[in-house]
Amino acid sequence: MWQIVVTELTQATHEIVAEIARFLPRLVVMLIIVLIGWGAAYLVKWILRSILRLAKFDRLSQHAGAAQLLHKADLPSPTELLSRFVFWLAWLAFILIGVSVLGIVGLEEHVARFFGFLPRLFAAFFVFFFGLLAASFFSRAALLAAVNADLPSPQLISSTIYTLIILLAVSMGFEELGVAETTVVVAFGIIFGALMMGLALAFGLGGRELARRFLERRFSREKKEEREDELSPL
Amino acid sequence: MNVGEVDILVGVPTFNDAKTVAPVVQAIRAGLLKYFPRQRAVIINADGGSKDPTQELVRAASITDMVRAANIHALRTLHCISTQYAGGAASGTALHTIVAAADLLRARACAVISADSLSITPEWLEGLLRPVHRESFDLVTPLYRRHKFDGLLVRNLVYPMTRAVYAKRIREPHPPDFAFSGRLAGHFLGEEIWTQDIARTGAEMFLTVSAITGGFSVAQSYLGPKARVEHSSSDLVPAMRQTVGGLFWSLDPNFAFWSAQNGSQAVPTFGADYEIALEPLRVNRKHLHQMFVRGVADLEPVLKTILSASTLAELQRVAALPEDDFCYSDELWVRTVYDLAAAHHKTVISRDHIVQALAPLYRGKTYTFLAQNREAPAEELERNVESLSQTFERMKPYLLEQWNGQK
Repeated sequence: MWQIVVTELTQATHEIVAEIARFLPRLVVMLIIVLIGWGAAYLVKWILRSILRLAKFDRLSQHAGAAQLLHKADLPSPTELLSRFVFWLAWLAFILIGVSVLGIVGLEEHVARFFGFLPRLFAAFFVFFFGLLAASFFSRAALLAAVNADLPSPQLISSTIYTLIILLAVSMGFEELGVAETTVVVAFGIIFGALMMGLALAFGLGGRELARRFLERRFSREKKEEREDELSPL
Repeated sequence: MNVGEVDILVGVPTFNDAKTVAPVVQAIRAGLLKYFPRQRAVIINADGGSKDPTQELVRAASITDMVRAANIHALRTLHCISTQYAGGAASGTALHTIVAAADLLRARACAVISADSLSITPEWLEGLLRPVHRESFDLVTPLYRRHKFDGLLVRNLVYPMTRAVYAKRIREPHPPDFAFSGRLAGHFLGEEIWTQDIARTGAEMFLTVSAITGGFSVAQSYLGPKARVEHSSSDLVPAMRQTVGGLFWSLDPNFAFWSAQNGSQAVPTFGADYEIALEPLRVNRKHLHQMFVRGVADLEPVLKTILSASTLAELQRVAALPEDDFCYSDELWVRTVYDLAAAHHKTVISRDHIVQALAPLYRGKTYTFLAQNREAPAEELERNVESLSQTFERMKPYLLEQWNGQK
């Protein structure tokens, strides 16, 4: 019996050594892929940074308000941030390719899912960015129009528009990512609907007198002679 | 109707002007008949799609009674053509239609008369067209007898800045009524502005700039009183888009020209000198001050991106002063305008937003102007405008610093 134990032990040892011997080259290949990946990711980062600088991406981000947000959060400039993000993304992709070379069955499926996720990640990023750009533009347009029309609380109007557009962009982005899709869409619908209902009630009930005075001032043709003269700018 | 070539073309841009256009066209007809009876002339009405009977009134405007009474006999047929241009009502598109017609008909002398020029007389036609037709000037802008508080945007910004930047003292750089030669019409049609959005609203301003930078001869002609047109405070932003927007836009393509100019020169003037009417006018100055103060506070996030830090700090300091001590000085106003011109050049934010942001600041300057000149006689008001113009000229190096990004 002792002989059988020794034989089995020897056989098991041989198999382990053989497995390690089969695994080690794959490990070496993985490490080489990771190293090459690091170099490739660095090159992609450098190229992207040059392209973004040429395209004045930082100025576009300033218009969108993204640059100011990042500055407040003590983060690097949009060009630098995006370049670093792409670097880590590219290197992660190579690491996952390297991991798939190891031949571990469960991991291969996750690697495939990650690569399927990447286009949606980029689409969500674009939705967020252009949502920020639109929010910045339209909120500023509303602020200027409200100030020049002498409306009350122009900053409130501007912030409301900014928040609504950002909410919409975030909802669309999360829907694109497939993260808590139903929850986000329903939550957005509830918030948006409640806001509109609230505004309608506020204007309909609370602002009756204000609306009446505004409309009278705007459209009334009576007592014109008692108004002060309006200056002609041209 | 075959018009063929003409000697004189008079353009009348219209849009829902049925209340005023008939007497304007009658005055044009009378002026052409009285002062240019031997010339082949045509009136072109460029309409933006009026919903009222403007075009019918233009075609039907007749001066038969006047001709009979004055015993004037027409030596040539005076054609009157009313046409509608596409793309919706826009003064720039109307001007393009008129200039294109002038080029097509090879008109030697052209005039554009605003459809709401209620104070027009037949002598206006002679005043505008004679320097072009007989003296070979290329652009004739008007001089009016205006109330001292009319046209403040032109007095406080458009005139002094055009004078400082382009070195020509043209009192009405954005003229509602003006004349130009066929030569200038051909040159103006070839300008790149027509491919830009600004062409719809700022073309008149650009015509003046084009004449100056193209080396064309420019003159002014005194026309007489200009009737006050009713305006509401909401007209300020569209007026700024037409004038200031056009002026700021013109700085980019003409940088090589204006950056080399120093000082300014007077332009020849026909007729009497510039006059100011001093009748009392009730104005709500307090409201202007309030809109300025609220504008500076509410627009702070926008002003931070388009004004220099020192200009914004000074504006905020001035806005915090009590109304009795409030004074928007000439130097601060010039720095504000030049900062915005530089921001417009760099497109720090949307260019239209930059022009809109100027509106509440202009109200503050208007308040100061009204306060300083409330009791002022015509000579003192003119001295103040001259002083502001010289400040614009003196601070031109500041504009160049901001333009080139130096702080």
